[in-house]
Amino acid sequence: MQEINMLDAIERYIRGEMLPEERVFFEHLRKSNPQVDQMVVEHTIFLNQMNKFGERKNFRSNLQDIHNQLFETGAIKKPSEARVVVLWRKYKRVVAIAACIAGITALGISGLIEYFTPKANVSEIAQLKQEINKVKRTQIDQAVVINNFKSASIRPLAPGKFGGTGFLIDGNGYIATSAHVVSKADSVYVENNKGEYFKTSTVYFNDTTDVAILKIQDSRFETKSLPYSIRKSAADLGEEIFTLGFPRNEIVYGKGYLSAHTGYNGDSTSYQIAISANPGNSGGPIFNPNGEVIGILSGKQTTAEGVVFSSKSGNIYKALDDIRKDTSINASIKMPASSSVKGMDRVDQVKKIADCIFIVKSY
Amino acid sequence: MTTDSKEQELLHGLALNNRQAIETIYKDNYNMVQTLIINNSGSPDDAKDIFQEAMIVLYEKVKTGSFELNCQIKTYVYSVCRRLWLKRLNQLQRSAPEIENIEESIAIEDELELHEQRNSDFLLMEKAMNHLGEPCKSLLEAYYLQKKSMVEIAGNFGYTNADNAKNQKYKCLMRLKKMFFDQYKTNTE
Repeated sequence: MQEINMLDAIERYIRGEMLPEERVFFEHLRKSNPQVDQMVVEHTIFLNQMNKFGERKNFRSNLQDIHNQLFETGAIKKPSEARVVVLWRKYKRVVAIAACIAGITALGISGLIEYFTPKANVSEIAQLKQEINKVKRTQIDQAVVINNFKSASIRPLAPGKFGGTGFLIDGNGYIATSAHVVSKADSVYVENNKGEYFKTSTVYFNDTTDVAILKIQDSRFETKSLPYSIRKSAADLGEEIFTLGFPRNEIVYGKGYLSAHTGYNGDSTSYQIAISANPGNSGGPIFNPNGEVIGILSGKQTTAEGVVFSSKSGNIYKALDDIRKDTSINASIKMPASSSVKGMDRVDQVKKIADCIFIVKSY
Repeated sequence: MTTDSKEQELLHGLALNNRQAIETIYKDNYNMVQTLIINNSGSPDDAKDIFQEAMIVLYEKVKTGSFELNCQIKTYVYSVCRRLWLKRLNQLQRSAPEIENIEESIAIEDELELHEQRNSDFLLMEKAMNHLGEPCKSLLEAYYLQKKSMVEIAGNFGYTNADNAKNQKYKCLMRLKKMFFDQYKTNTE
């Protein structure tokens, strides 16, 4: 009986129903008797849980009520297209099989019709075809003439829809190459010497200086630090040079010297160099013995043996300036300040540099 | 009235279990959630379950006095439903495709954890209540949930007087508390 009264008191205390004197007395009791205190704490937790239980139960039945009511009044309804979706899911396979059968039947019937219809006049068709071929051929001839005229041997070996070479100018995936390598491309991929492909986008393109800058758009590409630097000032006549490029699917080293400060017909944006170059070398870097890039290989003169042209490395700096000025291009390119392969012997230089040279493939 | 103050009013109404407010929130959001669930291999019944659970999450949140959603009710409900449904799909071991049609959605991990806790408390009490059996269950519900007086209860349950009813209530309560706390302590330990 005493316990009932005690619990009654605790409940009234928690609810705040006690009279002031009673409350003071009870609080005193609570303080002096840990057992009572424990009971109060426990019962508070319990009542709290009980309350929450009641509230949620109440809320739930309210929700149920509202749901039914809204449903009846049409404020919410089952989506009508759901049934179609469900049906589609259920019968997807059946539909697929039916479609296959229908397809095969249709093919069969058209085959039969083909077989039984009288043949059209074959020779007539052949004649027409020839006509078209004739037109086509003259067109090609014209195109060749126009092309020869246009490129007038400055870039006679401009590779159409195939590859060239490119090299990193910023370890974050910026690659310099020749503009003519990527000029007609829908999309450009680069491949490193390990055979890994990366998709790129063209950030900058200049036909006059024959410089293009690509950006690798692929998360697999890992940032590299570049062993070489890009030379700002002009290179010296007679300076020994070497290049690395992909005239075939293998990286190829070539050596030569700088023969003139200007390029074809006195073009001041390029050098003339003497080096063995083949299609595919286009866009490759030209290094001086210190491991500085002095140019980008751009093409050779067909009428003379061993005459190759290279866009000057200064054009890369010009490209960067243009990019900076053009607010529509969002690229921040930082080129390496110094060459770390300076003074090394050539074999080691090539070893270090080779990782930063890419095959550029235009499609 | 601006959307913000309208939403605040709805939330306050919800906290007070105001039918009008609940109805409005229900009406404004149900179809969106239904589309979400059905487009992701659920049924209309699943949609109802998930939506009502989300409503409970929202209700218990505003009940604690926090009306700060940091987003619209719609976004909140959508996000909660999305999480709850992904979880349900996982439990059913149905393939959980990356839910399509992702509208704006917010992070609600912490709140759902809180909801889990409340859920388990609720289930604990529900289980204890069901174990209690009649008439204890109804007696305690009448007193603690419907807040009826002992005299009223004595009349309803056919006790000769309020003291008898109180006696009975006390016995029932002690049984319930024991069941509840036995579990509650093992749960919280």
